[in-house]
Amino acid sequence: MELRPILSAMRRNKAGAILIGVQMAITLAILCNALFIIQQRVALSKRPSGTDENNIFVISNQWVGSPPDLAAKQQGDLAALRGLPGVVDAVASNSYPMSNSGSTEGLKLNPDQKNESALTALYLTDEHGLQAFGLKLVAGRNFNADEVVDKFGYTDYRPPSVVIITRALADKLFPGKSALGQGVYFEGIPKQVPVVGIVDRLQVPWTQAGGWGSKFNDNSTILPFHFVNAHMDYIVRVQPEQAGRIAAVMKDAESKLIQADRARVLAKTQTLAEARAAAYQDDRGLVVILSVVCAALVAVTAFGIVGLTSYWVSQRRRQIGIRRALGATRNAIVQYFQTENFLIAAAGSLAGVGMAVALNLWMVSTFEMERLHTGYAIIGAILVLLLGQLAVLWPALKAASIPPALATRAA
Amino acid sequence: MESTLLAYYFRLGLRSLRRNMVLTGLMIAAIAVGIGACMTALTVFRAMSGDPIPQKSKQLYAPQIDNWGPDQHAGGSPDRLEPQLSYIDVLALMRAHAAKRQTGMYASLQSLRPADPAQKPSKVFVRAAYTDFFPMFDVPFKYGGPWTATDDESHAAVVVITRDTNDRLFGGADSVGKIIRLDNEPYLISGVLDDWRLLPRFYDLAIRPFGDGDAIFVPFTRAIDKHMRNTGRTECNGDIDPGWEGRLKSDCIWLQFWVELPTAADVTTYRAFLNNYAAEQQRLGRFHWPPHTQLRDVRQWLRYRNVVPSEVRILILASFGFLLVCLMNAMGLMLAKIMGRAGDIGVRRALGASRRAIFAQCLIETGVIGFAGALFGLVLTALGLWAARSLLTKEFVALAHLDWADVGITVLLAVTSTVLAGLYPTWRAAHVQPAWQLKAH
Repeated sequence: MELRPILSAMRRNKAGAILIGVQMAITLAILCNALFIIQQRVALSKRPSGTDENNIFVISNQWVGSPPDLAAKQQGDLAALRGLPGVVDAVASNSYPMSNSGSTEGLKLNPDQKNESALTALYLTDEHGLQAFGLKLVAGRNFNADEVVDKFGYTDYRPPSVVIITRALADKLFPGKSALGQGVYFEGIPKQVPVVGIVDRLQVPWTQAGGWGSKFNDNSTILPFHFVNAHMDYIVRVQPEQAGRIAAVMKDAESKLIQADRARVLAKTQTLAEARAAAYQDDRGLVVILSVVCAALVAVTAFGIVGLTSYWVSQRRRQIGIRRALGATRNAIVQYFQTENFLIAAAGSLAGVGMAVALNLWMVSTFEMERLHTGYAIIGAILVLLLGQLAVLWPALKAASIPPALATRAA
Repeated sequence: MESTLLAYYFRLGLRSLRRNMVLTGLMIAAIAVGIGACMTALTVFRAMSGDPIPQKSKQLYAPQIDNWGPDQHAGGSPDRLEPQLSYIDVLALMRAHAAKRQTGMYASLQSLRPADPAQKPSKVFVRAAYTDFFPMFDVPFKYGGPWTATDDESHAAVVVITRDTNDRLFGGADSVGKIIRLDNEPYLISGVLDDWRLLPRFYDLAIRPFGDGDAIFVPFTRAIDKHMRNTGRTECNGDIDPGWEGRLKSDCIWLQFWVELPTAADVTTYRAFLNNYAAEQQRLGRFHWPPHTQLRDVRQWLRYRNVVPSEVRILILASFGFLLVCLMNAMGLMLAKIMGRAGDIGVRRALGASRRAIFAQCLIETGVIGFAGALFGLVLTALGLWAARSLLTKEFVALAHLDWADVGITVLLAVTSTVLAGLYPTWRAAHVQPAWQLKAH
């Protein structure tokens, strides 16, 4: 295909060609950044928590007043919960994954170290913790009952006797060697605490994109404590075959607790699946909104191309007729417009990739955002090229159907 | 004369728009969709980034003091300052009374039970503050008033409750003098607030700054006595004694602190006071580093704390890019339309119409398109906001409703951007060569 006539025709119609080219460039810049963000947010909301999510619910319990026998009451509650039909196990905890509230600690490898070796979320549970959360122990052992002591609220700084950590945290603290039998130090406490077990995965409580916790998402530590506090969470895991009637078990559990002691507020009882939906609601919302914007953007750009090309075709009806009369095939006419669009789209894509990278770099520097992978720019460019070809097809076919006889008619 | 001519152009413009309904419709649709997307994002942004207390935002300041030392601010504090203060510092600043008004504060989740024990207890956010809190933040009262400074000093068991809480517990009746129970302890109601909503709740951004907030206010001194646990963020460094007393003696930071400084002179004085305080702490051996303090007013504070989430900024970017594409689209269509009418324009020019006349007529035409785009855009914005509210949590779309300012911005944005986009096609129209066009036809 001869490019020269196309180029010289475009030179006479600069404004239109530039308009389409710039439109395609902006579309590309937005499209690949939006697709990148969409992919990231979807991946974010699919991060595994490491727990047996589908079979777990959480009762958020707040005691009214300060009953002196809180520890005993809590054990009574747990015994009642464990006795419920269909319940595998239950445990009291200070927090749970996707709750977006919890405690962190900077772990050190020796007590004189100035900065911590790793940040970790803390989960305070007794020897029922692994079972109740449905965690997979990959090395070492669970807590022994005699390692678990009472811990009274958040101003009780007694150190744990031993800890269980996640595989991710073990790899971060002790790269290339087994963490079992190694020791860690807690802030302000000179005593070394041995690692006795490693679980495959346990997500920290925080889920926000780029927020607190996003930098140590899988670094969790389980401490052997009965967490005795006016407010804590009961984690209850039901048998898989009970998953269908988890709502019924939740109701049973709540009424059992109220029956045992009325002086409490059960502010929020939810399944972990519900906690996940709530934790990632904004990420899903952003994905939906960006998808709609992308779709609208593609549609508007396509319509723009159809509109302007149709206008060009109508302007050049006589010339097209003459070309047809001089022997150009229908295919040659279609190809003419396709090549023309391809040239514009290629220039637009080139500019668009540059704009996409610039936009991404600006976002990286302004808010917590990862660098755009080159793949997205390439995919975006291909999409925009295809979009142009598709959009130009209808006006091009219309042009091809112009009869050669038109050339013989007077204007 | 001028006005009849304008009216004539207006009629001409409308007729030309009517002549090619499909093209006109496409242009209006493109502008409306772009404006709709843009205004949805902009309305959310405006609602989130607005000044929550415009009449006083230049008089309310949040002091910051580095009580950890320059090496201890790991993780995202480039200015080596933290947004909260320790109990030691708050107590010292309260005692110094160096501002017109001041209050330390924190939030605590407590169980609330009305006097009637038959009612089920509920969980509420309780804010521990000093009495200055109410006049400082212009808090409106429906019944009664704040507790007194004497109540602060005597650690009195008094509370102020919000209107919502009063509606829930007392059916909206005047409940001043009645008793409620917080964590099973009796508190006397001294006042009931009227409707009061700060967006964002700038004085404590750690807890749902756009969501439902404090339901009950108690004297700070009482809350400390009762060991009411902090529900917001508590950050500690180093070795701490156990128990509540240990927390109070520690350099853990968990309290918010605000001061009211009416004049610029007050601000200067308070800055100096803060620095002197830090210097004194250094002399006393508590700080091993030179004074490092900061004083920010409400707007500076909101910027400093990045109160608008990055998601909203992403949406603003995407939607303005989208509007740009929509406008270029409309511009292309206008160009096609105007050049398609080059013959007409040529005839009018040949019959004596000036360039200015052609220009004015085309400008009016694009203005009409912009206005129509604005109207449809408004409908789409309302639709977009409704969708945003159902898709996102309260934290994002807090009270994002269209107000008159938004409507004004929409119309202005649509008309100006359309006219700007129409400038080039209009300019082209005005430069149609009458002779050339007449010859060609």
